[in-house]
Amino acid sequence: MPDTPDWQNSTFLKEVERRSGTPVSACFQCHKCSTGCPIGPDSDLLSSQVMRMIHLGQENSVLESQAIWLCASCEACTTRCPMQIDIAAVMDSLRMMAVEAKVDLPNARGEQFNRSFLQSVRRNGRVFELGMMVAYKLRSRDFFTDAEKTGQMLAKGKLSLLPKKSGSAKEVADVFRRAGEEEKKR
Amino acid sequence: MKYAFFPGCSLESTGWDFERSTRAVCQALGIELVDIPDWVCCGSTPAHTTNASLSVALPVMNLQKAKSMGLPVLTACASCYSRLRTANHTVLNDPEERSRAERVTGKPYDGRVEVRHLLDVLVNDLGVDAVRAKVRRPLKNVKVACYYGCLLTRPPNIVAFDDAEHPSSMDQLLTAIGAEAVEWPFKTECCGASLSITRSEIVNRLSHRLLSMARQAGADCLAVACPLCESNLDLRQADATKAHGAIPETPVLYITQLVGLALGLSNKDVGLEALTISPEPLLAGIGRDL
Repeated sequence: MPDTPDWQNSTFLKEVERRSGTPVSACFQCHKCSTGCPIGPDSDLLSSQVMRMIHLGQENSVLESQAIWLCASCEACTTRCPMQIDIAAVMDSLRMMAVEAKVDLPNARGEQFNRSFLQSVRRNGRVFELGMMVAYKLRSRDFFTDAEKTGQMLAKGKLSLLPKKSGSAKEVADVFRRAGEEEKKR
Repeated sequence: MKYAFFPGCSLESTGWDFERSTRAVCQALGIELVDIPDWVCCGSTPAHTTNASLSVALPVMNLQKAKSMGLPVLTACASCYSRLRTANHTVLNDPEERSRAERVTGKPYDGRVEVRHLLDVLVNDLGVDAVRAKVRRPLKNVKVACYYGCLLTRPPNIVAFDDAEHPSSMDQLLTAIGAEAVEWPFKTECCGASLSITRSEIVNRLSHRLLSMARQAGADCLAVACPLCESNLDLRQADATKAHGAIPETPVLYITQLVGLALGLSNKDVGLEALTISPEPLLAGIGRDL
């Protein structure tokens, strides 16, 4: 559903500010963040556009954008913002909000990767790369990208065939469970 | 000098040569590393983009372990470094997040265990003069582009051991071992590490930009201090040049591999066999072979 720009609709803005803990409303559209953004050319929205659309309450367009999943978390925007807005933290919060709102993700690979990675950590206390990759490939059905890399990496000893479990794996599983409960209370 | 060492998951797998060379170089320079027992994953980008409580609690678990060792933490991975420092920053500045992290981990933590990156320790604790004094085979004729990437210097209120836009610590270190550090403008441009698996075409574009700029600046190799940067620039280099235009093959080495070679360590000691792009031309220039 298309959003209607609405100056009075500050609910979305307030919620993003609360979750990210950063003053999105302070953005005055200097575009410094967008100028230095490495994924700008690949994205459907620039970071300064995301900030403006949050001001305007365009929740659907923001949460359904590719931009929030393409953010590389490189912190260039956060470092350079003259108003000290932690733009990278805003992108993190928007991803969480998009997953919670169960929006139709334009490209679900980012979320599928996150789930595969965290599942591996939850199970082993550390990332087991090979297992994580298999889980991701099954989720994304993206079987061919980098297929030849696996052989190269195995040959160079860069992937192990078995997980190297942390001795604290059980505590990690408990931490995952309690962190999940804490997030529901936010 | 003694530190609690946090290797992190990448140094156990894709970046095993970074771990091996870090341990070898630290030993040669008299820096003692004591592994944090049963360390756990820092959560990396998937945690901080999925669950805020988890993204603080996982690093905190490691910092609690380090606290009982009574040592500052040293890590070589730029991403782990960022997550551990960010967790400290959060716990120190946000009482609500601190008590949440303590509830989730089930243990107290005050945010006060110091976290250092290997590059910071080599340049600021040990000092480049001490490194220079131990050089046995200076890297003469090696022109290197020092690539810091994104998380080693950003955001500066959290990491802050070098300038966020124009860092120089790696340049100082590699100059001290006899190499020539070229001036180039992309020292802190991102390689797109967190998109490596999901959007490799973007990573190819970013890697190509970095490699071609390094070449234009006159470098014949790149130095990195992050296992994700290494993977993107080395392992994916052939894909990047295939997609975006030919560049001469450019070796990408960890700072510890370059320093180790200068200290007289063997190729095996620093894990050169793990590199995809052969460092042979570079070694020939300093009178060594692979």
